[in-house]
Amino acid sequence: MSESLANPLLPAPYRVLRNQRNTHDVFTLDVEPVKKGNSPLFSPGQFNMLYIFGKGDAAISISGDPTKEQPLRHTIRRAGVVTQALEQVKPGGVLGIRGPFGVPWPVKEAEGQDVLLVAGGIGLAPLRPAMYTLLANRDKYGRIALFYGARTPEDLLYLSDLEQWRGRFDLQVCVSVDTAKRNWMGDVGVVTKLIAKASFDPSNTVALVCGPEIMMRFSVQELKKNEIKSGNIFLSMERNMKCAVGFCGHCQYGPHFICKDGPVFRYDQVQSLLGKREV
Amino acid sequence: MELLEKILVQHPFLKDLEQKYVQLMVGCASNVRFDSGTFIYREGDEANYFYILRAGKVALEIHDGGRETITIETLGEGDVLGWAWLVPPYRRHADAQALELTRAIALDGKCLRDKCRDDHNLGYELMMRIVPLITHQLQATQLQLMDVYGVKK
Repeated sequence: MSESLANPLLPAPYRVLRNQRNTHDVFTLDVEPVKKGNSPLFSPGQFNMLYIFGKGDAAISISGDPTKEQPLRHTIRRAGVVTQALEQVKPGGVLGIRGPFGVPWPVKEAEGQDVLLVAGGIGLAPLRPAMYTLLANRDKYGRIALFYGARTPEDLLYLSDLEQWRGRFDLQVCVSVDTAKRNWMGDVGVVTKLIAKASFDPSNTVALVCGPEIMMRFSVQELKKNEIKSGNIFLSMERNMKCAVGFCGHCQYGPHFICKDGPVFRYDQVQSLLGKREV
Repeated sequence: MELLEKILVQHPFLKDLEQKYVQLMVGCASNVRFDSGTFIYREGDEANYFYILRAGKVALEIHDGGRETITIETLGEGDVLGWAWLVPPYRRHADAQALELTRAIALDGKCLRDKCRDDHNLGYELMMRIVPLITHQLQATQLQLMDVYGVKK
């Protein structure tokens, strides 16, 4: 058992193997434990707390492949002091990690069904492990589709994965950006519009949605318009997580703690809270 | 004419429209194609037609003087291009450019407006189909204005 799992409040030291730039404000860190041994296993949708000693910590979704042991991978957007410091860490640098935490995507429960993944912006990061898992067990699922929206073509993440996935005959991948210059030959428009173009069996479909809250609200509207049941729609919620184990209350969301009860929720668990100005 | 009617009834925009109205619309319809790079219309043009897209891809673009042109939406098979034909002063709000070979049914807006004036039920049916397109466009614009993928401030 890792120290982090034995004592969930104690960060374990991890060494950075690679710091790769994805877009102008998004980067991916590959890390491995400083002490010999494998990183703890994680499930798609879970997150870790990443520490820069002396600066602070931030909750970051795990974006790597859960079907492979190493390295542990996090895709991070520069948004504050901690993520700015994380961006500066060079290979060989050491940071602290606690985790993994949180309720994962129901990929096992979705076996036998069609699966739609709807991602907006950095929301593709926590969905990528789900996609890896689905593809590693492709014969256990019906149709699989990914709908991914970003701000501009320059903000698209994981281009090599997207290219590879688009080349598959057993996967529908649709990408759209909010605005683009003339040299972009792909789709332009909100990601929710792509959902209407999907081919799936609404009575037997699970939808996994991750992105900004308003984008998830509009996505749910579109999924429900396409007759997907509320109980089959799952959202990954985001709030300011600190302790990650439900002690501190920073991430309270109505009756839920997002770190412990989420971040993945069934839509009907959070339906009444979505869209409220103050929760 | 029969072919046009068949194409129109199969398009999602006219799903479940009574046959008598489809036949009325056929009288205002024609088959068109646009090569890649063709401007179907330009901002400020009279909105004489709207298009039921059968294949291809069209970009709606806006520009501001010397700044680079921005694509605000792309449309393809199953979509409808243009609603300004129904709303005075019947002028285009953006440029529409075919990004690839595009096939469509063009519907003469003036011809349809005359038919709607004569038969308000047809007008109602068309309004019920056009208003959701405008609503969708409005919601999409809201999301784009909010820059939802940007960093929270």
